[in-house]
Amino acid sequence: MNLYLFQALNGIGLGMIYFLISVGLTIIFGLLNFVNFAHGAFYLLGAYLSYTAVVVTGNYWVALIIAPIMIALIAWVCERTLIKRVYHLPHTYQILVTLGVALIIQELCVSIWGPIGKHISPPDSLKGVFQLGDFFYPQYRLFVIGFAAVVAILVWLLLDKTKFGALVRAGSEDAETVSLLGTHTHRLFSITFALGVGLAGLAGVLAAPIRGIHPFVGPEILGIAFVVVVIGGMGSFTGALVGGLLVGLVQSLMTTIWPQGASLMIYGAMAFVILLRPYGLFGRA
Amino acid sequence: MSELVISNLHSYYGKSHILNGINLSVKSGEIVTLLGRNGAGKTTTLKTIVGIVKAQQGEVVLDNENLEGKEIFEIARRGISLVPEHRGIFGILSVEENLKIAINKNSPWSLDDIYDMFPRLKERRKNGGNALSGGEQQMLAIARALVNDPRILLLDEPTEGLAPVIVDEIVRILHQIRSAGVGVLLVEQNLSVCEKLADMHYIIELGEIVYQGTQAEFSNQNEIKNRYLAV
Ligand SMILES: Nc1ncnc2c1ncn2[C@@H]1O[C@H](COP(=O)(O)OP(=O)(O)O)[C@@H](O)[C@H]1O
Ligand SMILES: [Mg+2]
Repeated sequence: MNLYLFQALNGIGLGMIYFLISVGLTIIFGLLNFVNFAHGAFYLLGAYLSYTAVVVTGNYWVALIIAPIMIALIAWVCERTLIKRVYHLPHTYQILVTLGVALIIQELCVSIWGPIGKHISPPDSLKGVFQLGDFFYPQYRLFVIGFAAVVAILVWLLLDKTKFGALVRAGSEDAETVSLLGTHTHRLFSITFALGVGLAGLAGVLAAPIRGIHPFVGPEILGIAFVVVVIGGMGSFTGALVGGLLVGLVQSLMTTIWPQGASLMIYGAMAFVILLRPYGLFGRA
Repeated sequence: MSELVISNLHSYYGKSHILNGINLSVKSGEIVTLLGRNGAGKTTTLKTIVGIVKAQQGEVVLDNENLEGKEIFEIARRGISLVPEHRGIFGILSVEENLKIAINKNSPWSLDDIYDMFPRLKERRKNGGNALSGGEQQMLAIARALVNDPRILLLDEPTEGLAPVIVDEIVRILHQIRSAGVGVLLVEQNLSVCEKLADMHYIIELGEIVYQGTQAEFSNQNEIKNRYLAV
């Protein structure tokens, strides 16, 4: 029983990480109708930047704040110089360009941090285990669940309760009409891109002490993010949350029941959802 | 006082030459109609003014400022508001959110003023934009333009497909908008609405202005109406 509880908590933690990665991908797709194949690479870069920040400052908390902000800034520059030039082109061009960006980031990481993975420890205050009766669970993993949940609530408030969020939602329906109301839609696009990619960077930072940092993990992360987005529905915040948790739980519980089939099962879950609801659980036609 | 002056405007869709030297002007507190058959170029004229279609030649000048090369949002911020033919209501936003994303603090119309003017929108303010009837959508589109602080309001067939009571309502609202000092360029098929409202009429045919006259001049020009407006 405790094993299943352990794996369920692992699944929720993993699911929240997947949510953070996917929510940016799905919002960027919804607003900009843009497919970002560099999303996994930014996750990777976020993890490496946190590694360097921990090495330099010796403080995980500094890394947790600085690395995602740097990722958002890099994404913003990338959008202003490169990405904005391919919005109007067909998706195939967007895929080629962002795949190029992904490879550049990955190779940069390899040449800066080396081909062998890195590891960072959780902060000292979270190194212990949480105990309830005879059930033990690492504190850092609980922290990840709580922190990601707070971020999820903030992102939801931003999208649902602010003028900025209303503009993002309106823009995902009809960007031209949004500019007719006097909104600088290009700036809205840049900020949204930077925010969405910054969240992927944050996911990389949070996951680093649990999963380590491996230079070739980008494509796998990207693949999972797409599975989550397809399950949840393109452009949907709720979809990213439910899809992320579903994939995280399935993956984690399967490692106990049938380890070889863990990856297979998430693609199975995706196929199942597509068959029942072609636009995903929360998607719009 | 504001004045929009359009001179010798030429627009294309790809290689097809749609506007062939349009001239017209609209001043504050004036309602001007742009009439003409389907396909004459009315919508294209409005789209060129707001920058959706880029003019190949000619000028759009607002208060002595040439708007050439300006982005859509820059033109909007200068006070030219388009209520498009498809109305452009965001279905996934509530009625109130549709208004809030457009609010400009300088506008003479606050959200409360709008709710006084359109009680129906107040009742439905929590509803999604996609739950509105055609008439409500048109009201919301006009209301949204008003909170955006328009100096010149462009309306593309606002009464199209609406029931007569709602058409009357829109006529009443347009009178109010004119009294507030906004200039209105109205594209409309409903001739009786136009004659009730307008100070000045322009008729467009194949991308050219073929007639212009004040309401007094236009009212008994049956030959002109038959030639250019009869279906
Ligand atoms: N997006 C477009 N692409 C190509 N041609 C268009 C487009 N929109 C309109 N047209 C053509 O331009 C002409 C003028 O259209 P429009 O301005 O919509 O006319 P109106 O509003 O007076 O009915 C028509 O011949 C129409 O077929
Ligand atoms: Mg038209």
